[in-house]
Amino acid sequence: MKFLRNYLNKIKPNFEEGGKLHAFRSLFDGFETFLFVPDDTSKSGVNIHDAIDSKRIMSLVVLALVPALLVGMYNIGLQNALAAGTAETTGWFEMFVFGLLVTLPKIVVSYVVGLGIEFTVAQWKNEEIHEGFLVSGILIPMIVPVGCPLWILALATAFAVIFAKEVFGGTGMNIVNVALIARAFIFFAYPSVISGDTVWVATESILGFGSDVAVDGYTCATALQHVANGVEVVGASGAQLSVCDMLFGFMPGSIGETSVVAIALGALLLLWTGVASWKTMLSVFVGGIVMLFVFADRLPEAMPFWQHLLLGGFCFGAVFMATDPVTSARTEVGKYIYGFGIGAMTILIRVLNPGYPEGMMLAILLMNVVAPFIDYCVVQSNVNARAKRLTKKN
Amino acid sequence: MGLFSKKNKEALNTPLFKENPVTVQVLGICSALAVTSKLEPAIVMGLSVTIIVAMANVIISLIRNTIPMRIRIIVQLVVVAALVTLVSEVLKAFAYDVSVQLSVYIGLIITNCILMGRLEAFAMQNGPWSSFLDGIGNGVGYAMILVIVAFFRELFGSGTLFNYPIVEKLGLYDCGYLNNGLMLMTPAAFILIACIIWYQRAKDKSLQEK
Repeated sequence: MKFLRNYLNKIKPNFEEGGKLHAFRSLFDGFETFLFVPDDTSKSGVNIHDAIDSKRIMSLVVLALVPALLVGMYNIGLQNALAAGTAETTGWFEMFVFGLLVTLPKIVVSYVVGLGIEFTVAQWKNEEIHEGFLVSGILIPMIVPVGCPLWILALATAFAVIFAKEVFGGTGMNIVNVALIARAFIFFAYPSVISGDTVWVATESILGFGSDVAVDGYTCATALQHVANGVEVVGASGAQLSVCDMLFGFMPGSIGETSVVAIALGALLLLWTGVASWKTMLSVFVGGIVMLFVFADRLPEAMPFWQHLLLGGFCFGAVFMATDPVTSARTEVGKYIYGFGIGAMTILIRVLNPGYPEGMMLAILLMNVVAPFIDYCVVQSNVNARAKRLTKKN
Repeated sequence: MGLFSKKNKEALNTPLFKENPVTVQVLGICSALAVTSKLEPAIVMGLSVTIIVAMANVIISLIRNTIPMRIRIIVQLVVVAALVTLVSEVLKAFAYDVSVQLSVYIGLIITNCILMGRLEAFAMQNGPWSSFLDGIGNGVGYAMILVIVAFFRELFGSGTLFNYPIVEKLGLYDCGYLNNGLMLMTPAAFILIACIIWYQRAKDKSLQEK
């Protein structure tokens, strides 16, 4: 650590005004504050700073995402083997490496494009680099199907960073979730790469790992698509999905969203460190369950209603997307309303609109837009209540 | 006053950029969203609006001193409605396919804010020649934005230009290129117009609000 600090101190003058590497000032600044908490203190008055700054919070969220990502990688290999019929002969490590090889380019593309734009904007506007993309950059590859081409991912990332974040003023100023805008962009612009029954399983082997799957020989929809079509929920091998598969995430789906157990691990970390609000998370599930009771007679007979909560992006959205501190409601009462709305809207979309088997993305985006209004109403009702109390006394 | 005096030139020029009806005054957005998914209808629409604004401006300007103030809106509407009907009939007769594509939007030119705005703000106070120039300027300013938006929407949304399959001829589909479905939806027109506004305001500091 000491060595790193000394090294940074040594090269720092190069990046300051007049230094030869001044053009990369924001890049250096970003890395320095990422590695070490900046020791700046306020110049005037008395201020209390939280010891943990937003770069540390972002790192925690990334850490919480790791279990889901690792299981997602393994699952990619598993689904590929199941579709090719080689699941018996392939070892779990081979499957994982295949998944890693499929996922890594997506993560790299997402970070290079997103951070590239962030660094450019920061340098151009002479601002500090925002750390917000640290989380979005890992979220974006995790919420797209494995079959999503890299150039589409790059385009969606660029679109989301520019139009959902930079035009609103950068990190912390966006009104809607940046990663979800990237997904929504793909969803509406290139529906063929994010829906249907061929994009959820990797079909080409890479560097000798994985197996080639004949493209016209298989179909593999997500579980929710089967639900929407009113048919039995089956996996890539054609066998029915067990509750165990759903819990551990061994089913076709977006890369990071399938494993409930891994997401729960991340959720524990987020809740333990206080980064995410348990109120939002809990009320998303409450909202979903209430709506499932309302539509109990419209759900498929064969599937117990609570399985809806294990499928698709419900858990992933509830834990990592809905709790985004920037776009969610800020008032404590507002968080309950906001979360409830997300859960309820998700089930509403899933049940009533067969065209959108997955409702989490649209529900969160919608509630993101409503969140400031919820806050406004909560604050106003408090103001009104107190004004009333005041006039009563007099 | 000369035909192209300073004032007349201004009447023609300012609506093109500095006072552009779409990007600066944010008028006529509805039709700019609706008819811009292809170039052909966008050009026809832009042309129709240009002709109608120019003609209506001239007619209202000619009779401006005889219109009683209380009923001026009704008089303006009658003039515009007559012109819109004329253009609509001409399109049906000579360019039927395009008129089908434009469907109700030709008829809805009557509700286009640019028209009433120009009649109220300019033709009621100015002579026929400068009103004509003002109408042409505003119509072309509107048409210009429509064509820019339609160019990008058709190129990226359908991969064609004037229905010529340019992307297919370039062989991009074989490289894995896909058409952007978002471009065919109206939000794309919003985003494109926003980009044009963004560009224009970045260039012209006087348009930036403090």
